[in-house]
Amino acid sequence: MSDLAPLLVALPIFGSIMVFFAGLVRSESGWPIAVLTSLVQLGGAGLIAVRAFDEQPVEYVVGGFTAPYGIELVIDGLSATMVVLIAVVALGVLGYARVAGPRSNSFYATYLLLVAGLTGMSITGDIFNMYVFLEITGLATYALVASGKGGRSALAALKYLLVGTVGASLFLLGIGYAYVATGTLNMADLSQQLPAVGSMGYTDPLVQASFGLLVAGLFVKVAVFPVHTWQPEAYAGAPDSVSAYISALVSTVAAYALMRIILSVFTVDFLVANSFARTVLVAGAVVSIIFGSVLAVTQTEIKRMLAYSSVSQFGLVVGAIAVANVSALTGAMIHLVGHAIMKGGLFLTTGLVANSTGDRTIDGYEGLAERSSIGAAVFGVLALAMVGVPPAVGFVGKWYIAVGAVEAEAWPLAVVILASTLLTLAYFVRIIERMYFREPAKPSEAVETAETETAASVVADGHGTDAELAPVSTGMRATVLAAAVLAIVLGLGAFEYGQLLEPTIERLLA
Amino acid sequence: MIDILASRLYYLVAFSLLGVGTYMMIGNQNLVKKVIGMNIFQTGIFLFFIVTAFVEGGSPPLLTAAEPYVSPLPHVLILTAIVVGVSLTAVALGLIVRIYSEYGTLNEEAIQKVTADE
Repeated sequence: MSDLAPLLVALPIFGSIMVFFAGLVRSESGWPIAVLTSLVQLGGAGLIAVRAFDEQPVEYVVGGFTAPYGIELVIDGLSATMVVLIAVVALGVLGYARVAGPRSNSFYATYLLLVAGLTGMSITGDIFNMYVFLEITGLATYALVASGKGGRSALAALKYLLVGTVGASLFLLGIGYAYVATGTLNMADLSQQLPAVGSMGYTDPLVQASFGLLVAGLFVKVAVFPVHTWQPEAYAGAPDSVSAYISALVSTVAAYALMRIILSVFTVDFLVANSFARTVLVAGAVVSIIFGSVLAVTQTEIKRMLAYSSVSQFGLVVGAIAVANVSALTGAMIHLVGHAIMKGGLFLTTGLVANSTGDRTIDGYEGLAERSSIGAAVFGVLALAMVGVPPAVGFVGKWYIAVGAVEAEAWPLAVVILASTLLTLAYFVRIIERMYFREPAKPSEAVETAETETAASVVADGHGTDAELAPVSTGMRATVLAAAVLAIVLGLGAFEYGQLLEPTIERLLA
Repeated sequence: MIDILASRLYYLVAFSLLGVGTYMMIGNQNLVKKVIGMNIFQTGIFLFFIVTAFVEGGSPPLLTAAEPYVSPLPHVLILTAIVVGVSLTAVALGLIVRIYSEYGTLNEEAIQKVTADE
């Protein structure tokens, strides 16, 4: 049964190679192979998740070299959640990308490679192995961002590459420090050896530097303010299906890695011994929540606004990691899953609306309910879910995090978390108001502006040079509707999931 | 102070490379030079990692060699990291080719002018 663990990483890589070779024979073969691979991946992820929640973590020793010398794969409740989430989102976005997305075989090959990188990051029990998967994820993401036509996406991808590489390199440097301090790279082994480093243990400068570099590297990948600058460019420059895919998964898995590094490797005792480290985490969270929201409010383009909104939402997760108690971490996991579904769904809806009406700006959304009823309805539901209106999943995650912050008596953080609901409302409600309560100017004028805006956005986004609207398929509509339904249904089931997660988190904090 | 620096000369070299790389990434307008800066930055980290394996008077880590050994693990890890670095450079150069064919220049300011006019 634990043999499934390496297969979860190997299968997407195998599928990716298959897409490449099948492409040499038939050029249209990418999509079916990607869907088949994702379906098998989802099945395997589901099977292993049942085991991981059921008993002790599922462990697998790669190549017969036992830990701490060899690489270990460990799947507990948190990693299992990530693995299932990755499989679900990958499959969902494929349903959308059939008509909307870049359709080349190289796109699907990279797509599957990203699934492999993210899954590997989630289940590895070795810190250097995590770096390698972090870079695989990065490489696949850069290529996917550049898969749009035109110069804008290539430029965004290059900027992302430069910043992302610096982040990953800092992460590597942090691994170097941890290795110098302990002589091991295994996460479980590190957590036992770090307290005994030198004579000072957790307060040893070597250990502190290692923590600082690892966290700084992951902050770049999670896009915490002020190292978030790559994110809006990358999300706005990428094709719609790609922005949904990477916004739902890449930062999410990086946040999961942050949780692993801080709580599994350095443990809560490190945070207790170094109150400064906790202060930095809280400060990062607070600044991200506030500035992410403020920057989101000032945007005119929908996709950029959603990207800045991610900066703010991941601030909540970082805050929960800093608080580090059962409620906050349960909230962090629920919010990670919920954010992936909601933000991915919002990006897909933006693409759907752009394909059917040509509107990509906030002013362009005026009276959208009449022109694209599905787009407006789904956008409205997901936006309200994001704000945290019960029973949607956005509410449950924020509620747990807020309860955790109050339990830990981290008052400034608790206030900002509660205020974050209002801040989120600030940038979403104006769109909902425009969609439902404003007339789309005068009909003739509306058509005219829509047309010029289409032309402008088409050129800017590089989807083509003609002003014709792209097709909207049943698959696209089904995917966005599924995202909206999932956002509500997950909210109803989130409390049960929280209870399911409790033993894992208690083990993590022990 | 000088003694400490002299005994940690390797670290000094590694971290000056980090500084040079960072400066090149921020200060240069040319995209290719930015990528070169990224490579120098990574090389600084690779060197630091390799130096940690060094043992005074150590022999190569072979079965028949005499004690003490030089730790083989960092060498293996950095080999992996170098492969990653090469792939990153390849992707970056591929992107630069696309940017050049699109804008006809690799100067960041000039590209910004073109994109602002759009």
